[in-house]
Amino acid sequence: MRGAKSAKWVAGAAIIALAATACGGGDDDADKSKGGSKGAVNADGIFSVEVGEPQNPLQPANTMESNGSIVTDSIFSQLVDYDPAGKLEMINAESVDTKDSKLWTVKLKKDWKFHDGTPVTAESYIKAWNWAANIKNNQTNASWFGDIKGFSDVHPEDAKAKPKSDAMSGLKKVDDYTFTIELNSPLPYFSYKLGYTVFSPLPESFYADPKAAGEKPVGNGAYKFVSWDHKKQIKVVRNDDYKGADKAKNGGVIFKNYTTLETAYEDLKSGNVDVLRQIGPKDLPVYRSDLGDRAVDKPYSSIQTIAVAFYTKQFKNIDPKVLQGLSMGIDRDTITKTVLQGTREPATGWVAQGVLGYQKDAAGDVTKYDPAKAKKLIKEGGGVPGNKISIQFNADGGHKEWVEAVCNSIKQSTGVACTTDSKADFQADTNARDAKEVKSLYRSGWVLDYPVNANFISDLFRTGAAGNQGDFSNKGLDAEIKKADSAASLDASVAAYQKIEKELVNYMPSIPLWYYKVNAGYSEKVQNVDYAQDGDPILTKIEVKK
Amino acid sequence: MGRYVARRLLQMIPVFLGTTLLIFLMVYTLPGDPVRGLFGDKGVDPATLARLRHEKGLDLPILQQYWNYMTGIVLHFDFGDQIASGRPVTDVLGDAFPVTLRLAGMAFVIEIVVGISLGTIAGLRAGRLTDNVVLVFTLLIISIPVFVLGFIIKAVFAFQLDWISPNVSGEAKWSELLAPAIVLGSLSLAYVARLTRTTMAENLRSDYMRTAIAKGLPKRRIVGVHLMRNSLIPVITFLGTDLGALMGGAVVTEGLFNVKGIGGTIYESIQKREGTTLVGLVTILVLVYLLMSLIVDLLYAVLDPRIRYA
Repeated sequence: MRGAKSAKWVAGAAIIALAATACGGGDDDADKSKGGSKGAVNADGIFSVEVGEPQNPLQPANTMESNGSIVTDSIFSQLVDYDPAGKLEMINAESVDTKDSKLWTVKLKKDWKFHDGTPVTAESYIKAWNWAANIKNNQTNASWFGDIKGFSDVHPEDAKAKPKSDAMSGLKKVDDYTFTIELNSPLPYFSYKLGYTVFSPLPESFYADPKAAGEKPVGNGAYKFVSWDHKKQIKVVRNDDYKGADKAKNGGVIFKNYTTLETAYEDLKSGNVDVLRQIGPKDLPVYRSDLGDRAVDKPYSSIQTIAVAFYTKQFKNIDPKVLQGLSMGIDRDTITKTVLQGTREPATGWVAQGVLGYQKDAAGDVTKYDPAKAKKLIKEGGGVPGNKISIQFNADGGHKEWVEAVCNSIKQSTGVACTTDSKADFQADTNARDAKEVKSLYRSGWVLDYPVNANFISDLFRTGAAGNQGDFSNKGLDAEIKKADSAASLDASVAAYQKIEKELVNYMPSIPLWYYKVNAGYSEKVQNVDYAQDGDPILTKIEVKK
Repeated sequence: MGRYVARRLLQMIPVFLGTTLLIFLMVYTLPGDPVRGLFGDKGVDPATLARLRHEKGLDLPILQQYWNYMTGIVLHFDFGDQIASGRPVTDVLGDAFPVTLRLAGMAFVIEIVVGISLGTIAGLRAGRLTDNVVLVFTLLIISIPVFVLGFIIKAVFAFQLDWISPNVSGEAKWSELLAPAIVLGSLSLAYVARLTRTTMAENLRSDYMRTAIAKGLPKRRIVGVHLMRNSLIPVITFLGTDLGALMGGAVVTEGLFNVKGIGGTIYESIQKREGTTLVGLVTILVLVYLLMSLIVDLLYAVLDPRIRYA
């Protein structure tokens, strides 16, 4: 009798165990080899994209993180945009001209309207930029207007000081559809900056209640805002009166809110969401076989580096040779292939792909793995002070594995002791960086703001630049950057920056690791899904199948 | 009775103040600044940062911030605004609470119905096969971590059998909430079943049960009235505090099934150092706990009239 009882339990337990293991391998064959074929298109079809809840109200100058900017970018169009090769395209502007790179004349297309029917005029831009730059309005991206003459009058450096004026003297209206922008100093690639969301125009209705406008934005873009159901979804529909070249080929977009990438991926497989921006680490090994040719694997303009805290005792007067040695001690090929599962591409310079002026192998052989030479260089440079380094990273961003791998690689190839310095989350990480408390090295990354190589050099390595958190400073380099910024033409400036990039190897302001890739996917309902340089899907081009 | 309730309600005030102050201090000591977080990876404009901090009152001493916040809540029922989005915290709570309330409610019902029935069945047949099966079943559930159970349920019912959708959509329909409710309720369900089973088995041997059987009462009455009423006191105690735990402790389950409820909001608020949102949430959870334990204490008298309140 006792024996019979226990036999029953064993059978019960076995069934549960089977059910638990059977699920592991089974679910990938269902979706295999289905997508990709071009079908009839429903021009009014609506599809959904995975996002998180936007952090800020949807005001263009206040939206910096990706969850909000993908939405504001769909609602607002700027003067210009870029094509995938990084070339400038006119959108709301008829032309953006300059003779001396200091005084820019913008002519607008005349038939553009905001979604509420009011025309987009020179005033719509001037007023919007003055509002966003004004310190009273607390826009997180206000510093983007810093190139324009008179910025310090509306945005004094001292937070307590009152702005001297409500308008920047550099912005002048010529007629209803023409205005001029005068800069503090020449900047050949300024027109490229104009494609950033911050430079969006705003309709008159915005100023009556900016807070409400952030909840219910009225823009001039390819999509009209419909509703924002907080933490659930944001809906936009095609703007049929849109005059831009990038008119939407679909009826609208639903930005669906997901808390984790894993849940979004599950929903993609069961057809509840159509376009993903990213695949979680858990699903990376299987997503190619799960999705077949609906799996996306494409580089975008973004780079991962190990930055150096030059303010520390350890690295204050470091010989760049030491950093070159550390760089050569990292086996980028193996780490990107194994630990990162092919989701990154080893970097060969400081400027990411897809931007104007990108050049291959800009860093020479410093990014090539060579343990013998690495050891030699470190020795020549006088060795790493303390013969010990640490790499700080935020534990909530999925960086732990590769930071450990990099550390091990350095340890094995150069004999320099390396530890990881984990901060609980991104907040704690930036806190330590801002307070200049990084002990030795820290992980850093940069996604393009505008597709010109200056963005990856001037904004990161110029003394005092906002992105230069490691306090790298070199007078010679600053002078060269200044010279490149005052070059006669865009081409000359890009070429000057290319020269600077080749010289960076002598200073080693950071150790380049690898370029990011978009690893994403889409459902069988949509086609023509492509991703832009910033890694976001190009919404207007996506077609919904019938 | 009335005095007892009044005294209990008065006791809530120091508890309420203590917990909120604790949470406030804890969030404050975490490294990282919610306003700095708005600027992301790319460096900050110090003037705008200082300006924003001042506007939100974050440059005041912590105790003054706490005072301002508490007076806002008590005097105007104003929970403040979220730092990042600028939305009133009451709106955020109003979005999250109904969903979690429904989820917790469903889990609670599952827990009571299944847990008590299993416990009763096992308790009445203590030592026999049914009892042992229930024992193994509850042991299994207790020992499986919540996220594993969640994955198993998703894998089997969503991906293999295609009966349910793997995640809860924005509308959070009842049918979608069933799977997460089962996961959420299962752990407590096992405890409820075990508690019920033990007290039932114990009370079966008590004098009043023997008397009731000797009087020749029908079985339904013996079990339903005499046995149940006396056995449920510890179970009710557990259930009372558990409802609070269900609402607050749903972080894992809500994350797993993409439920937009309190659990996720708590997680997110900690990560973004949103002190005000967090304190608002916890304040309400504390109130839920306090009310539930009051109700539980009052229920004792209903179940066992010998218990009196002074």
